[in-house]
Amino acid sequence: MDFQRFVFYVFAAILVFAAARVITVRNPVHAALYLVLAFFTCAGLWLLLEAEFLAIVLVLVYVGAVMVLFLFVVMMLDINTSPLREGFIRYLPVGLSVAALIVIEMYMVVRARNFGADVVAIPQRHPEGYSNVKELGSVLYTDYVYPFEIASVILLVAIIAAISLTMRKRPETKYQNPSEQVAVKSKDRVRIVEMKSEKKQ
Amino acid sequence: MIALSDYLILGAILFGLSVAGIFLNRKNIIILLMAIELMLLSVNMNFVAFSYFLGDTAGQVFVFFILTVAAAEAAIGLAILVVLFRNRQTINVQDLDTLKG
Repeated sequence: MDFQRFVFYVFAAILVFAAARVITVRNPVHAALYLVLAFFTCAGLWLLLEAEFLAIVLVLVYVGAVMVLFLFVVMMLDINTSPLREGFIRYLPVGLSVAALIVIEMYMVVRARNFGADVVAIPQRHPEGYSNVKELGSVLYTDYVYPFEIASVILLVAIIAAISLTMRKRPETKYQNPSEQVAVKSKDRVRIVEMKSEKKQ
Repeated sequence: MIALSDYLILGAILFGLSVAGIFLNRKNIIILLMAIELMLLSVNMNFVAFSYFLGDTAGQVFVFFILTVAAAEAAIGLAILVVLFRNRQTINVQDLDTLKG
């Protein structure tokens, strides 16, 4: 067993373990942390597949942004987890059987007879100095430039939607009104009262 | 050496686990969202594996776009979840029956 195979099996075992823990742990915070572990090991597997850019992006974007968002929301909401666990045992047999059925069906398609090493040849490793980022960028900014722009619009939509959904106006909060402040006249602020001067006593 | 089928079987196992997660945690929206993320991860794994073994960069570009859409989906989903919790004080799927569906 060569080293690459060893690394693959170790990472695959950790990945399956982490995924199994994500769906079975009681505490959502632990589930999010196990999902972080799953993303990290998946990034390692992608490094084996010479997709260096995507592996780093997975760690930066998923672990760094999306999972932190998940943890933030889980910790912000005060959730009573016990009613959410009802039916876990009841749905265990059907869930596992459906999952096993899906895995078996997929295995029938993707097993070694159809996609093994003798059917799909294992490609040569790229030489030293090869840049995955450069190759991906040269494709992304030429052939896929319109989808790339649409992706940026999707991110903009996500930003606006997330902000407008979660923003709320509280009636008790006091805000400044800049236009009113700028348009103010001196007579709105100061009232000049005419009165006779008092006599000296 | 590791063949393409090894990666595809790993992706299939990951997908099966996340389907099981959707069945098991059907009351907890947060775990449901996490299971969806896991599903997208398994799909991405297949894309990257095919991209490597067929020597085509298009697979990695697709993963790039899937990551973008998944990030947007997670952000909006969690925002909806926060609003939901603020209005109903619960995230139990069973209690969300306002539409009488």
